[in-house]
Amino acid sequence: MEQKKLAIIATKGSLDWAYPPFILGSTAAALGYEVEIFFTFYGLQLLKKNLDLKVTPLGNPGMPMPGGMEKWMPVLVTALPGMEAIMTSMMKKQMASKGVASIEELRELCQEADVRFIACNMTVELFDMQPSDFIDGIELAGAARFFEFAGEADICMYI
Amino acid sequence: MADFDEELDASGLNCPLPILRAKKALAGLESGKVLHIIATDPGSVKDFEAFSKQTGNELIESKEEGGKFHFLIRKA
Repeated sequence: MEQKKLAIIATKGSLDWAYPPFILGSTAAALGYEVEIFFTFYGLQLLKKNLDLKVTPLGNPGMPMPGGMEKWMPVLVTALPGMEAIMTSMMKKQMASKGVASIEELRELCQEADVRFIACNMTVELFDMQPSDFIDGIELAGAARFFEFAGEADICMYI
Repeated sequence: MADFDEELDASGLNCPLPILRAKKALAGLESGKVLHIIATDPGSVKDFEAFSKQTGNELIESKEEGGKFHFLIRKA
């Protein structure tokens, strides 16, 4: 049986949205898939050596908050200074208490399982990012490089 | 619970960690050897069935006991 392939485009750079590409990538690799993740725009934040990912309830009415606060808290309050830091710290605590892996851990598990990470060259330049700020083992490439793999992939997802 | 060669305690870990740890543990086993996995994540029941189907490592036993889930997987 030929090895199945999974291609993922990771476009988001918040703590919550950092999970799907790494969870699905590492799990697919464990199931025997060959996996490539193409990081573009805000998704590039997920490749930084020092991750500083945050989560915010602002503009996200679906985000559950402790004690059902999201049901009555005015949207404006979620924009107050410090709210993002508080929510990020609460989310991290909640994740740890539920045995959810950290992004660092899942990312490492991906790399151990030979999941390939590709950083979109164009957005790296657009945002004046330094490839030296990224973890080791990242390939810099463009859209055509993504299709080289995605065109042969059994599953392709945009996150 | 039948005999096994190695044990992996994935208690307290959530998706997808039990599967990833099991994959790693199986990698260190010889073909035919049996891994006993203990997990508390209820999602792991369906996940180990799916893992077994897709990787060809046979799921010999899957049961709940004392609030924990136990799986026996034979390395293909």
